[in-house]
Amino acid sequence: MTTPILELRNVNKSFGPIDVLHDISLKVHAGEVLCLLGDNGAGKSTLIKTMAGLFRPSSGSVLMDGKPVEFNGPREAQEMGISTVHQFGGTFPLMSIGRSFFVGVEPTRGFGPFKIYDRKKANQIAVKAVQEFGITRIDDGDRLVGGLSGGERQSLAIARAVHFGARVLILDEPTAALGVKEAAHVLRIVLEARRRGLAVIFITHQVMHAMTVGDHFAVLIRGALAADFKKGEKTREEITDLMAGGEAMAELEAEIESHLKSHEGYSPAA
Amino acid sequence: MSSLSIRSLLRRPEAGALLGLVAVLAFFVVFGSTSFLKPAGIASWLNVAANLGIVAIPVGLLMIAGELDISIGATIPAGALAVAIISGHYSQPIWMGMAGALGLGLVVGLINGILVVRTAVPSLIVTLGTLFAVQGLALGFSVLLTGTTSVALSPAKSGPLVKALFGEFIGGSFQVIICWWLALAAVYIFYVHFSPFGNWIFAMGGDKVSARNAGIPTRRLTIVLFVLSSTSAAFVGMCQAILFNVAQVSAGMTFIFNSIISVVVGGVLLTGGFGSVAGIFFGTVTFAVVNQGIYFTTFDRNWSSLIIGIMLLLAVLMNNTFRNMALAYRPRKK
Ligand SMILES: Nc1ncnc2c1ncn2[C@@H]1O[C@H](COP(=O)(O)OP(=O)(O)OP(=O)(O)O)[C@@H](O)[C@H]1O
Ligand SMILES: [Mg+2]
Repeated sequence: MTTPILELRNVNKSFGPIDVLHDISLKVHAGEVLCLLGDNGAGKSTLIKTMAGLFRPSSGSVLMDGKPVEFNGPREAQEMGISTVHQFGGTFPLMSIGRSFFVGVEPTRGFGPFKIYDRKKANQIAVKAVQEFGITRIDDGDRLVGGLSGGERQSLAIARAVHFGARVLILDEPTAALGVKEAAHVLRIVLEARRRGLAVIFITHQVMHAMTVGDHFAVLIRGALAADFKKGEKTREEITDLMAGGEAMAELEAEIESHLKSHEGYSPAA
Repeated sequence: MSSLSIRSLLRRPEAGALLGLVAVLAFFVVFGSTSFLKPAGIASWLNVAANLGIVAIPVGLLMIAGELDISIGATIPAGALAVAIISGHYSQPIWMGMAGALGLGLVVGLINGILVVRTAVPSLIVTLGTLFAVQGLALGFSVLLTGTTSVALSPAKSGPLVKALFGEFIGGSFQVIICWWLALAAVYIFYVHFSPFGNWIFAMGGDKVSARNAGIPTRRLTIVLFVLSSTSAAFVGMCQAILFNVAQVSAGMTFIFNSIISVVVGGVLLTGGFGSVAGIFFGTVTFAVVNQGIYFTTFDRNWSSLIIGIMLLLAVLMNNTFRNMALAYRPRKK
């Protein structure tokens, strides 16, 4: 068995008196898509933020390539190869594709105080990187990011992360706001990232999306790891039940009625 | 082919300002007289544009970065008073007075910038605070030290060299500050649109958190931009004191609205992330033309506010349209 790229050992996270994550142990390997499942408020976002250096675990440890690491902020995690792509790509709508691709690491020509941003080179590399992921519709680096569709933006953000050497790609609900076709695009890109040997951590509420790309599934229920299994080990129904918080959907549906009455349509799982 | 290049021009942030400028020039030529395009007429609006423009560019950059600075309204007269008090009232060498004025701008900018990045208070509120604080200080110190709110700075005390560089009329009517404005605009255009530094400003205004995660020193950059606007404001005040041989506490408040109007007419998005130095430049000229053009018409000058108001609304609508065109742009399939 190879050493996992990223491993969590007995990680706990609490915000003051509120315990959000309980004793999570999880391994992510290269060339593998880990689907992180769980109901709203189960702690998925908190878990990935802990991996991405936004939060420090209250206790427990994070290991990269088998060595314990501590991130002082998302920058450090990024430098070690952990990239998070937020919903809508976290990019800059009114900047060009080339400029937003290279934010912070702009290619330049010239020297000293006369360094000039190399627009041609930036556009060329950015467009090439996105096209290699199969998004051939993007062919002009001067287009503004805000003019791209949601799926194209996600793809651009993923291509950017991969270009800058990401080894672990964290995607928090990348398909949530997308139509069927756009979502399929993003899923294809997730598979392409896996093919290139990245470890992908993929959060979704859609069972179909999870089953399409997932190799390995982890289910969180109220901050605890309720299940951790490989592809093919569970049926679609079992996964659906787990995603709903470990209750059988049939039972749940019966409960919805009464829930709606007491909670005005929203069910907090705290 | 030419229709294509017009389209690509329209997608640029300065498109609205350029069209607006053409429109107001035409308006005043039709309703006024052509003397407004003769040297004396040109000087009248170029002088206004230069004084305003030196402040409007950094104010616009702050807006692109997602911040506002209204404290310039007090920093301009404070800069003027600083040089007049130090070199006029106390007869210190002029370079000390100038250093005092620019140093004051630097300090105000540092305070604005540090307060904005350290607290979560919006920059409008922070600089509203410093606006009043600096104005109070300027008034208080002026009265305390000189017994008046209008401090003289005689040409003898400025000296001929400083007068020639910062406060003289060229050809009888063009203020030398016009040269500073043009030179500074060129430097800004280079750094904002051709160096990587400019990319950071746009990124910061587009999405501050992503920009920081991408490794851009957003805090430092914010402070630098605030220092730039305050120091520019102090510079303008200093030049005015040297030009007119006197500094007054009251002059400056109109710069707040005027600079914001110039910047917005110039195509900068109020919420940040979009704009250009050329746009701000043309926006400033447009504003100055309207501001001064009214004197060349038979209209009562009070109507100029109406024109500025309408122009602002039209410019914003036009800029929205052009921005949407830029967003929707995709190259045609060949
Ligand atoms: N900074 C914080 N301070 C206090 N509590 C927090 C904080 N962040 C998250 N929580 C709590 O932790 C729990 C888990 O939140 P989290 O965002 O990780 O859930 P999630 O699984 O991502 O949910 P969703 O599917 O809705 O995105 C929630 O109950 C939330 O209120
Ligand atoms: Mg979440």
